[in-house]
Amino acid sequence: MSQFLQQIVNGLSLGSIYALVALGYTMVYGIIKLINFAHGDIYMIGAYTAFFVTTYMGMSFLPALLVCMIVCGILGVLIERIAYRPLRKAPRITALITAIGVSYVIEYTTQFFMGTSVKTFPKLLPDTSWVFGPIKITYIQMVIFTVTIVLMVLLTFIIQKTKIGRAMRAVSADENAAKLMGISVDNTISMTFLIGSALAGAAGMLVGLYYNAASPLMGMVPGLKAFVAAVFGGIGSIPGALVGGLFIGIAETMVVAYGSSLYRDAIVYAILILVLIIKPTGLFGKNEREKV
Amino acid sequence: MNKHIWKSAAAMALVSAMAAGCSQGGSASSTASSAAGSTDDSTAASTASSTASTASTAGGALGDTVKIGLNFELSGGVADYGTKELNGAKIAINQFNAREDKPFTVEGVEIDDKGEPAESINAIQKLIEQDGVVGVVGPATSASSIATYEFATSKATPVLSPSATQVDAMMKQDGTPYEYAWRICFEDSYQGKGMADYAYNDLGLRKVAVINEVSDYGNGLAKAFSEEFKSLGGEVVDETQYQSGDKDFASFITKLKDKDFDGIYIGGYYNEAAQIVKAAQADGIDKPIIGADGFDSQDFIDQVGTDAANNIYYTTAYTAIDPSDELKTFIEDYKAEYGEDPSMFAALSYDATNLLLSSLEASGETGAALNEAIKKADFSGITGSFSFDESNHTPVKSVLVVELVDGVQSNVKEVKAE
Repeated sequence: MSQFLQQIVNGLSLGSIYALVALGYTMVYGIIKLINFAHGDIYMIGAYTAFFVTTYMGMSFLPALLVCMIVCGILGVLIERIAYRPLRKAPRITALITAIGVSYVIEYTTQFFMGTSVKTFPKLLPDTSWVFGPIKITYIQMVIFTVTIVLMVLLTFIIQKTKIGRAMRAVSADENAAKLMGISVDNTISMTFLIGSALAGAAGMLVGLYYNAASPLMGMVPGLKAFVAAVFGGIGSIPGALVGGLFIGIAETMVVAYGSSLYRDAIVYAILILVLIIKPTGLFGKNEREKV
Repeated sequence: MNKHIWKSAAAMALVSAMAAGCSQGGSASSTASSAAGSTDDSTAASTASSTASTASTAGGALGDTVKIGLNFELSGGVADYGTKELNGAKIAINQFNAREDKPFTVEGVEIDDKGEPAESINAIQKLIEQDGVVGVVGPATSASSIATYEFATSKATPVLSPSATQVDAMMKQDGTPYEYAWRICFEDSYQGKGMADYAYNDLGLRKVAVINEVSDYGNGLAKAFSEEFKSLGGEVVDETQYQSGDKDFASFITKLKDKDFDGIYIGGYYNEAAQIVKAAQADGIDKPIIGADGFDSQDFIDQVGTDAANNIYYTTAYTAIDPSDELKTFIEDYKAEYGEDPSMFAALSYDATNLLLSSLEASGETGAALNEAIKKADFSGITGSFSFDESNHTPVKSVLVVELVDGVQSNVKEVKAE
């Protein structure tokens, strides 16, 4: 039993990261129906930004986190401006392929400038850990949970209670109607990319610290898994991304604990296939009627 | 420089077009590559373009400039090995070219195989056919290396693999080695056995948990280690596998904690190994962690953290402790050029390149004569002295076990496994 609880903790810390990344996928999809495959790479840039500001500028945890979110947010907006906006009216597949291209550009530009070897971080957080009965939580795991929860609450607040949040929901519901109501669709989309990418930046920094490693291709697999998490939760749904991320994290951990560690990736993709067969709209997805 | 290449390429293309015209069945392709094929063509090619290096044909004499291929993983997941090996090879070439009594000038032709066997085949074809190299060093990993052996052998161009440690890597299907493929490292089963001996006899371990990457490298190590360890009387209490690229090992360690063990053997590379060590330490496991040459990277120590890199032992082919004069020179040159200490991969590649260069010098020829010189070499390098076991084209040399103390290699022990 104690092992089981400890594995849940392991799964939750992994899942929190997936959830943060999944949010970006889901927000962007919700608003422009684009699977932004470059999203995992923004997360990688988050880890590298953290590496830079902590190693060369000696920043402590919170300022570094803030800088990562800002840098990644701006990067997200730029990507949208440069790569996706000109394709807004193009067939969806064009934008999708562009997203894959953007992903490669980011990966290999980083590899070119930063080199191929893994970058490691200075010690930002103490090594302490807490023991609650049978389970043990390390400082960094605690930080991951806290940051994830705070950001989720913040995001929910922005979306539900602010003007820009309302604009996002409006554009997501019907772009043209929103435009007629005087909402600037371009700004709203930029804002969505800003927020989604900032969350990925935070996730990148957390994961960089957790594993003490940043590498140019680190975003690929977590990006895919976060995408699966978003699909599982119902792509376009924000609570869905959270639940999906945590579920994927725990599923992966449990497979290692009680099955074979070789199936940890397989289980994630098996979940994707099952969701697509059984309930393509995901856990919280709405069944959209095809407009005629 | 570019102009230069274009000129000689154009010259070779011209010759090849002419040669194709008079030889039966000659390829009409206009690439310079088709000049290779028969001795006549190659002589014609080298006369026509005196600036070009010796063509890639079997048995040619050496010109003033000799091109050797440097085929390494310069991008992709194992790029750290490839770039380090390229650096090591370049040091060897620079040292050779700086010699006053050099018989020829060496030019290294670099190519990136991206760490993929399919790309590696393209790379070797380009090197031999377009660039006309007389021999190739690299790549670093076994799968990419093996991919090149068949083509290189068919073109009678020797390939020296610095670190293709996979079991039976040099063997064809029929159990004989590829004639033109050589490696200068020991094979995985040998290091696995060496570590088992060390773990049982020197560390006094009796119950070991084994975790390995699912790959020829990881499986080979784990199998050899487990077999030897059991035959010595030890017990393997847990066997787990992971995929290359896995990052999260907390769940694996949590599972292991319920078991009775006194050491962990990791058959894998530095990134995952570092994460396993970190997860174990985060969970308060203080048992020794042992492994193989996949640990041998500064990245491993950086990820674990210098002050936490203790009680870790691994097998390697190279250590900078108590260096010979030759090794000192290598380390100084390497540091001056790249601003860091060389890794085992740089050292192996340096040795491989030197072996190729000394064999070129000894034979004065390419193709079969060069290959014969490699076969008969009695080589003394910075990763040990050795000659080849002709049955498997693998050197006969001993394994070193090093201990990490605060991230620094110490307490080297030489282990000779059977």
